Amino acid sequence: MAALTPISRKPLSVVLPTVAIAGGFVGMFVGAGQGNVLLGILIGAALMAGLAWVYITVLDNERVARWITVLGLGAIGFFFAGITGLIAGLLVGWFFAFFIFWLYEGRYRQKLLPYLTGRQVFEHYLFRVICGAIFVFLITPILVVLPLSFNAQDFFTFTPEMLRLDPEGYSLKHYRDFFTNNEWQRSFKNSLIIAPIATIISVSLGTLAAIGLSQSHVPGRRAIMGILISPMIVPLIISATGMFFFYSDIGRFLEGTLGMDKNFVGYVKVILAHAVLGIPFVIITVTATLVGFDQSLTRAAANMGAGPVRTFFKIQMPLILPGVISGGLFAFITSFDEVVVVLFVGSASQKTLPWQMFTGLREQISPTILAVATILVVISIALLTTVELLRRRSERLRGLSPA
Amino acid sequence: MTDATQSGPMLAADGTPLKKSLARSLRRRKLRALALIAPLLLFVMLSFVIPIVSMLMRSVENGIVAETLPLTVVELQNWDAEGGELPDEALYAAFIKDMIVAVEAKTHTRLGTRLNYEQTGMSSMFRKSGRNIKRLDPEADAPFKEKLIEIHDGWGDVETWRTIKTHAVPITNGYFLNAVDMRRTPEGAQAQPEDKQILIKLFGRTLMMSLIITGACILLAYPVSYLLATLPMRVSNLLMILVLLPFWTSLLVRTSAWKVMLQQQGVINETLVWLGLVADDARLVIINNQFGTIIAMTHILLPFMILPMYSVMQTIPPSYTRAAKSMGATNWTTFWRIYFPQSIPGIGAGSILVFILAIGYYITPEIVGGTKGVFISNRIAYHISSSLNWGLAAALGTILLAVVLLLYWCYDKIVGIDNVKLG
Repeated sequence: MAALTPISRKPLSVVLPTVAIAGGFVGMFVGAGQGNVLLGILIGAALMAGLAWVYITVLDNERVARWITVLGLGAIGFFFAGITGLIAGLLVGWFFAFFIFWLYEGRYRQKLLPYLTGRQVFEHYLFRVICGAIFVFLITPILVVLPLSFNAQDFFTFTPEMLRLDPEGYSLKHYRDFFTNNEWQRSFKNSLIIAPIATIISVSLGTLAAIGLSQSHVPGRRAIMGILISPMIVPLIISATGMFFFYSDIGRFLEGTLGMDKNFVGYVKVILAHAVLGIPFVIITVTATLVGFDQSLTRAAANMGAGPVRTFFKIQMPLILPGVISGGLFAFITSFDEVVVVLFVGSASQKTLPWQMFTGLREQISPTILAVATILVVISIALLTTVELLRRRSERLRGLSPA
Repeated sequence: MTDATQSGPMLAADGTPLKKSLARSLRRRKLRALALIAPLLLFVMLSFVIPIVSMLMRSVENGIVAETLPLTVVELQNWDAEGGELPDEALYAAFIKDMIVAVEAKTHTRLGTRLNYEQTGMSSMFRKSGRNIKRLDPEADAPFKEKLIEIHDGWGDVETWRTIKTHAVPITNGYFLNAVDMRRTPEGAQAQPEDKQILIKLFGRTLMMSLIITGACILLAYPVSYLLATLPMRVSNLLMILVLLPFWTSLLVRTSAWKVMLQQQGVINETLVWLGLVADDARLVIINNQFGTIIAMTHILLPFMILPMYSVMQTIPPSYTRAAKSMGATNWTTFWRIYFPQSIPGIGAGSILVFILAIGYYITPEIVGGTKGVFISNRIAYHISSSLNWGLAAALGTILLAVVLLLYWCYDKIVGIDNVKLG
C-alpha cells in the first residue's frame, strides 16, 4: 500500500502563495489581538512568503532555517504577548518550519500512491483537515472546561490574566469550594453510596441472567432479551415517571406499614431504580463475552468431576471476568451520571452529584460546577482506560483458549 | 440370538429409552437456564415494566367523576345535553347529596382540578361552592336549583353540566385527544381553540429537531468513521480515544461545557468579538433556543453514530474499491457505487440509535434549550411535576413510547439487539 513515491522539489510559484495563505490565516489572529485584522493578515502573509523565499533561494539549509523560524517567531510572540505569546510563537514557528519544507521538497506525496493527480492529493489533505476539524469539535468542550475550572474569577470565560498565563489568574478556589461546601460534599457522598450498591445488584443479577441467556435452549429468548434491554430503550423521562408512581407506593408501604426509617427507604428506592437502569449494559457486555466462550471447557470440568458451582467459579468466572467488570463499569457510570430518575424518585436527602449539578446549571450557575466537571472527566478517563485494558486482556484470554 | 433388543427402542445407561432420557435432560437444561434468568426477569418486570404500563394506563383512566358524583352521573343520563335547557331539580338534588359526601371526604377539590383541565374556572367553582354546600341540608333546604345558582352562577350555565356529562365516563379518550390538540365535547372530538394548540407543534418540533440532529450526526460521523476505518490500526486506536472520551464523559459535564461555550459572555462569543467578526453589542444568541439544543445534542450523540458506522466500515474489504478503480472508475464513482452502498447498514444503525436517543432527551434541552428549544419530554416532566395533569402526561408519554418502540423494532430488524456493542 505505502509504495515509496519518488518526490521532487516544487516550483516557487506553488510554494510561496500557499505559505502566504497560511501566514495570512495565522496573521489574522495576531492582528485581532493587536486590534487590526487586515494589517495582521497582510504582514503575516508577507512575512511567511518572504521567509520561504529566503530559505529556498538564499539559505538552502533546512536545519538552520528551522531554528531561525522557531526562535524568531517565539521572540516576536514574546514581544507582543509575554509568556503566552512565546509559547504560541514557538508552536507557530515549528509549524511553518515544517510546512515550508514539506511543501517545497514535495514530501506531502511521499506516503501517497504515485499516480495520484494534483487534485486528488489536494482532496486527500482537505479530507484530513475536515476530519481534524470534527475531532476538534468532539474534544473542545471537554478541553475548555479543564482550564476554566482553575479560574480565579467567578466568570465562565478566559480572563486576560489567564490568557497571559499569569499565576494570579489561576486558583484552586472552586475546588476548595467543592471540598468544603456541605451541599456538594453531601451529594458527592450520596453518589458514592448509591452508584456502587446499584452496580453490585445489577452486576450480580445481570451476570446470572446473561449466563442463562447464553445457553442453547432458552424458550422465548428474544422476548426475554427485549424485556431485559428495555430500560436502555425506553426514554428516561417515561421510566422516571413510571418509577415515580411505583416507588412512591412502595415507599409508603415500607414507611407506613413496616415502619422503616424514611431516609433508609429513600436510598433503597433510588438504588433499586438505578440498578434496573444499569442492567442492560451488564447483559450486553457479558453476553458479548460469552459468545466467544468455549463450552467444551465446562464440559471438560464436569467430566473431571466438578459440580456446576465449582465449574462456574473455577472455569467460567475467570474467563468472563473482563466482560463482567466492564459491564459493571458501564452500570456504575450510568448510575453515577443519572439525573432524571433520581430527580423523580429521590428526595432532597438523596441528592446526588448530577442532581446538584443540574440544579446548579438551571438556577444559580456557579463555577464550582466546572471544578466538579473536571473531577468527573478525570474519573471517566480512569474508567475508559480500565475498560480498554480489560478489553485487551479479554481478547488475549480468548486467544489462548482453543476456539 | 434373538433381535429383540435391536428392534426395540435404544436405551440409555440406566435403562430408560434414550429418546425419553434426552428429552428429560433437555428439559432440565431449559429449566436451569430459566432459573438463572428468573430473578432478574422478575426484578425488571416488577420494578420497571409493570410500573410503566400502569403509569401509561393513567392516560385512559377517568373514574374520578363517577366516583365523586355517583348519583349525579346517573341523573345526567336522563338529561338532554343538546337541548340547551338547564337540568331539572332532581339532578340538582342529586348533585347536592353527592357534594355533601364529597366535601366531607375533601374529594371535591380534586374533582374540580380534574375538570379544570377541560374547562378553566371549574377548580375555583368547586372550591368556593364546597364551602357553602357544606351548610345545606339535603332534606330541609330543597329545592336546590336556585340556591345553587345563587352560590355560584356557573351552576346555571349549561356548559358546566355538559362538561361534567362529557367526562363522566370511566375510560376516556379525553387525554389522548388533548395530547393531539383536540378535546372531548358532547358533539364528539373537536379541535382545541387556536391559542391552546401547542402540543402538535411540540411533537412536530421534537421530530424535526431530532431529524436535524440525526442528519448533522451523519454528516459529521461519516468522514470520521471512514478515516478511522481506513487508517492503520495503531493510529486509529489513538484517534478513537478522541471519540471515546466524550462518550464516557458525564452528560452533565458536556452539557455544562456547552452552556459555558455558548453563553452571551461565553467562549465562542468572546472569541468572535476578539476576532472582530461580531460587534460587541451584537453578540450571537446561540443558547436558550433551538440552535443551542441542536449543536449541544449533536455533540453529545455523535459518538453513538460514529461507533456503529466505524464497525460496519471496518468490514468493507478495500479490495472492492481497488478493483473498481482498476476497471477505470473515477474516485467519485468508486465511492458512490461501491463504498457507499456497503456502508449503508452502518448509517441505518447509527441513525436509528441517535434518533431514538434524541427524541426522548430531557436534560440537555432543559438546560440549553430555553423555551423555544425544548422537547416533548420537557412537557411531560412539566405535567408530572408542575401542573400535575398526570393523565395528559401519561398520554403524551404513551405516544412518545409508541414511536420509540416502533423505531426500536426497526432497529432490531436491521441490526439485531444482540449486535449492540458498547465502547
